[in-house]
Amino acid sequence: MQACHLVANQIACRRGERLLFRAIDLDLAAGSACHITGPNGIGKTSLIRILGGLLRPFSGTLERTGNAGLLDEKPALDPQLPLGKALDFWAGLDGVDSAAKGTSITRVGMADLLDVPVRFLSTGQKKRAALARLLGQNAAVWLLDEPLNGLDREGVALCESLVAAHCAAGGIAVVASHQPIALPDHVTLNLPEFAA
Amino acid sequence: MIGQLLRRDLAMLLPGGKAGGRQGGTMLPLLFFLAVAMLYPFAVGPDAQLLARTGGGVIWVAALLAAILPLDRLVAPDLEQGVFDQLALRGISEEIALSVRMLAHWLSFAPLLLLATVPAAALLSLDGLALRTVLLGLLAGTPGLAAIGVMIAALTASLRGGAALSGLMLIPLAVPILIFGAGSLSRADDSGILLAGAISLVLAAITPFAGGAAIRAAREG
Repeated sequence: MQACHLVANQIACRRGERLLFRAIDLDLAAGSACHITGPNGIGKTSLIRILGGLLRPFSGTLERTGNAGLLDEKPALDPQLPLGKALDFWAGLDGVDSAAKGTSITRVGMADLLDVPVRFLSTGQKKRAALARLLGQNAAVWLLDEPLNGLDREGVALCESLVAAHCAAGGIAVVASHQPIALPDHVTLNLPEFAA
Repeated sequence: MIGQLLRRDLAMLLPGGKAGGRQGGTMLPLLFFLAVAMLYPFAVGPDAQLLARTGGGVIWVAALLAAILPLDRLVAPDLEQGVFDQLALRGISEEIALSVRMLAHWLSFAPLLLLATVPAAALLSLDGLALRTVLLGLLAGTPGLAAIGVMIAALTASLRGGAALSGLMLIPLAVPILIFGAGSLSRADDSGILLAGAISLVLAAITPFAGGAAIRAAREG
């Protein structure tokens, strides 16, 4: 795992005419986790996307060392392709060898479904597949937007254990979720407190 | 990295390909192009002289419309699926992704279209010289048509009713290529083809940046 650090200074986010939140400070060192909580529409997804550099903050600065991996409601896997082929595209871009690819697919419990086209997978299975994509990316900073949506109880435990292992290996995990999720030694960021 | 992107885009766009938001590429642009060449003589009558005089232009219009048939498949599914987000996180800019997509789009329709031009020219009783001019003109012009397709697809990807807007946006962008590309048929020299090629290059150079900005704007929206 490469060295990673995530610092946000006085981040504010505006969507349209509305200021969602402001004055968010965050300092996450390697191995730490952050749980972003708050009701629907408060800006959890926007904050995750700002932290990943996909959205520009309205004000404030962001410093990130270490590459970011994103898991959100879009699996980014071609619906027509068999799962294995769809994952192969990202594995190719991420430079994952086939042994590591097999490991990550087995870890999320999808090894039996590699020949099934992605569009036939259930919501939870797609989420597991996206987790395999994330594992393969070997990113230092995990940005998880509602990772538990669609997962069964076993899947929730799996996701929690993956995050714990990631942090133990020196990675950073930022999890936006309105559901309770067991995270290792973490800070909680309650967005309503920062609502403008 | 470019090779991996191109392989995925080709699988998505080539006829018989299996990836992408829908069934993969289809033969539809090619069949559409041939259908126009077949139906046109029925519509205007079998006057060989009239056909030969107007046939080149018809081929050009058919090629243009065939090039924009797969528009809704070019960018929108990837935007919806979050593929551009994942690429951006891996340091692959929208500009690179769209350049590759433009190349894949061109490869998916232009070579087949050029081949189909030969039977189309026969149906429209074009002589050998006119066929040569049309082929060279299409070779120079189709990269521009591919660029227009990708640009419009990116600009309308996040809009509801984007398809209707695409048709409107296409006209002003495509007119210059048509004027010089199809216009080369009525000139003795090849200057029209060269100008069509120049316009193609300009469009191909602009498209990744215009499209990339459009995708980033869609993300902010």
